[in-house]
Amino acid sequence: MGWARKILRVNLTTGTVKVEPLNMDWASKYLGQRGLATKYFVEEVDPKVDPLGPENKMIMATGPLTGTAASTAGRYSVITKGALTNAIACSNSGGYFGAELKFAGWDMIIFEGKAPKPVYVTVFDDVCEIHDASDIWGTSVWHTDEWIKTKHQDPMMHISAIGVSGEKQVLYSCIVNDLHRAAGRSGVGAVMGSKNLKAVAVRGTGGVKVKDGRAFLKAATAGKKVLQENAVTGAGLPTYGTQVLMNVINEAGAMPTRNHRQVQFEGAHAISAEAMATPRKSDGQPNLLTNQACFGCTIACGRISKIDEKHFTIQNKPQYWKASGGLEYEAAWALGSNTGVDDLETLTYVNFVCNEQGMDPISFGATVSAAMELYELGLLTKEHTGGIDLKFGSAEALAKCVELTGTGEGFGKELGLGSLRLCTKYGRPDLSMSVKGQEFPAYDSRGIQGMGLTYATSNRGACHLRSYTVSSEILGIPEKTDPLTTDGKPALVKAFQDATAAVDSTGLCVFTTFAWTLNDIAPQVDAACDGANWTPEYMMEVGERIWNMERVFNNRAGFTHKDDNLPPRLVAEPAETGPAKGLVNGLATMLPEYYQLRGWTQEGVPTNETLSRLSL
Amino acid sequence: MLKALVIDPGKCTGCKQCEMACSYENEGEFNVAKSRIRVFDFHEQGKMVPYTCTQCAEAWCQQACPVNAITTDPLSLVKVVHENLCVGCKVCTIACPFGTINYNASTGKVTKCDLCQGNPACSDACPTGAITFQDIEQTGFDKMKVWAAQAAAGSPDAPGAKAPVAKH
Repeated sequence: MGWARKILRVNLTTGTVKVEPLNMDWASKYLGQRGLATKYFVEEVDPKVDPLGPENKMIMATGPLTGTAASTAGRYSVITKGALTNAIACSNSGGYFGAELKFAGWDMIIFEGKAPKPVYVTVFDDVCEIHDASDIWGTSVWHTDEWIKTKHQDPMMHISAIGVSGEKQVLYSCIVNDLHRAAGRSGVGAVMGSKNLKAVAVRGTGGVKVKDGRAFLKAATAGKKVLQENAVTGAGLPTYGTQVLMNVINEAGAMPTRNHRQVQFEGAHAISAEAMATPRKSDGQPNLLTNQACFGCTIACGRISKIDEKHFTIQNKPQYWKASGGLEYEAAWALGSNTGVDDLETLTYVNFVCNEQGMDPISFGATVSAAMELYELGLLTKEHTGGIDLKFGSAEALAKCVELTGTGEGFGKELGLGSLRLCTKYGRPDLSMSVKGQEFPAYDSRGIQGMGLTYATSNRGACHLRSYTVSSEILGIPEKTDPLTTDGKPALVKAFQDATAAVDSTGLCVFTTFAWTLNDIAPQVDAACDGANWTPEYMMEVGERIWNMERVFNNRAGFTHKDDNLPPRLVAEPAETGPAKGLVNGLATMLPEYYQLRGWTQEGVPTNETLSRLSL
Repeated sequence: MLKALVIDPGKCTGCKQCEMACSYENEGEFNVAKSRIRVFDFHEQGKMVPYTCTQCAEAWCQQACPVNAITTDPLSLVKVVHENLCVGCKVCTIACPFGTINYNASTGKVTKCDLCQGNPACSDACPTGAITFQDIEQTGFDKMKVWAAQAAAGSPDAPGAKAPVAKH
């Protein structure tokens, strides 16, 4: 129960489809979604495979709670070897696609090989078909979504697609579903593009059953009450979205600015949640129209925005005059403070294009900011940029960059490499603010020390969603720790990593953990699922097992403890302002203790005892 | 007291908890495709709107049914489909101007909202108060109250016209 107990295997090379029963022994050890699909992946794929080669596989996976009435239970993940990182990748998305895949009767779809010509796949309940995509290859996510629904006369389909950037293998391309929700990070869209797979469209008319309906509704209802009564999930996120963080993190001196040279941005207020809700001077309308929920979500943090039609970025471009997905904190930071641009309308436009063409706005923004620093140093010139005056703070340059990168043209091809390859090419790899090739998100680890260890040890490259110690260090959830010290952070990071790996395997959204602990989540899982006694303690064990499984894959792919590292800027250049003034990140202090707590050698390799304790 | 579902689209976030509650109550599983209430996402305008049967006093579906399978519950005045009588001819789905009675291919019968026999699961499940279950003769009460407050303040502006309002 919970699981559909069926998986689809689509071989794109041969154009064949197979149905397999879900491996329930693995489900009882890895739960679903991130954990279970990663188990399938590591069993089937050589860790040394070229991420963009046909031997790489790509799995779209739901969790056992996906498609149930638990709050936020609409998530799905894409598991593959990341094009940007060469590491294990698991990118998680909301919207409605995941629940629809479950209603169609599938726990996951495994895509293998490479189609000889561009294709898209439709799944209507039991019927899976592979179609010619030549009419939509070379078009955007938005066009593809509309074209497929029209072609199949089915407006109720939910579609995950890549844009032109994924086709052109911009290395941080993402897979966008429902027009503006994304499996965003690590370049999963480039992998999909390398398989000549343009889109996956699903319609389901079946239902999801749970083990004990009465107990499940009781646990789900109790969970919803906790979310509603919590200040973050009940008020902060619905009102302000994740942008609730902009002013908070800036005050904390942890807001990376101009490629992490500063830790506070003078224009933060102009691009904040408050600014989004304030009527514009230009036309008297606010940027933000409303909030919107993903499937089943009682938080509803999503932003729906509309750009001023007279703004320079969208004059004579009616496709951007409609409302669409607005700025989340990560996008507002990466496109805004990290490039020094404080024009809210430009940032919204750039975010729209990232959704339209399927790009991760974090890695895109961070790559532009690294390029801006190279330009300032004279290592990149107008000859390289095709005439773009790539100065920090230039809204015009940022807008031009997103257009070129979204379609993989001109200087956009260079930006599509991501910051590490770009900075290496121009002789300054140290200016790439990344770990394992993946750019940092919106928290400077000099002002929030635990995040340095989080980034350095993340299995998918720098990421805030692998262990969000910001909760504890800044917001005091579940209890307050001092953001400026490394004391206790290794244990904190490990606990967050393991718990998050479990939550990412349920079908629930990790944002629930602003209010929920595993004590709220485990009863919902246990009432829905058989296969094991799903206690909070067992879920922590599952999370730890997943974390180690991912680590072993990465080690076999060629990563070592030397890759658990931060760029020199964060460990050698002290913060200049704010509460962290004079501090660098204390990674070297935290890492040995972290390895020890993990039961790994000081070379970052899980010991045999650890592996056998976790049944790996 | 007769009661009716009152829908305020301005409060809807598009979460579909109503659809999940409806399908669980009526089908015993979470299955939005079988829900009798539907949430529509007009994403280009940033609007989400739930919609279901309004229980017409003189119901087109009932008048059109050739086998009298749709009757009026004498207490609630709800229009109820009797599955044992329904022959699946679908004439009611053509007759209904609102599209709120639909064919279920797996049972061969039509389904529509029957207010869950007087205790609608959708309004219970709605986290934002976009769907409520109220006195059928006072469904405009909340709207009147907003306008009354506006009149009291002496403001010429329409209520809630401009600033975005988060729903939670």
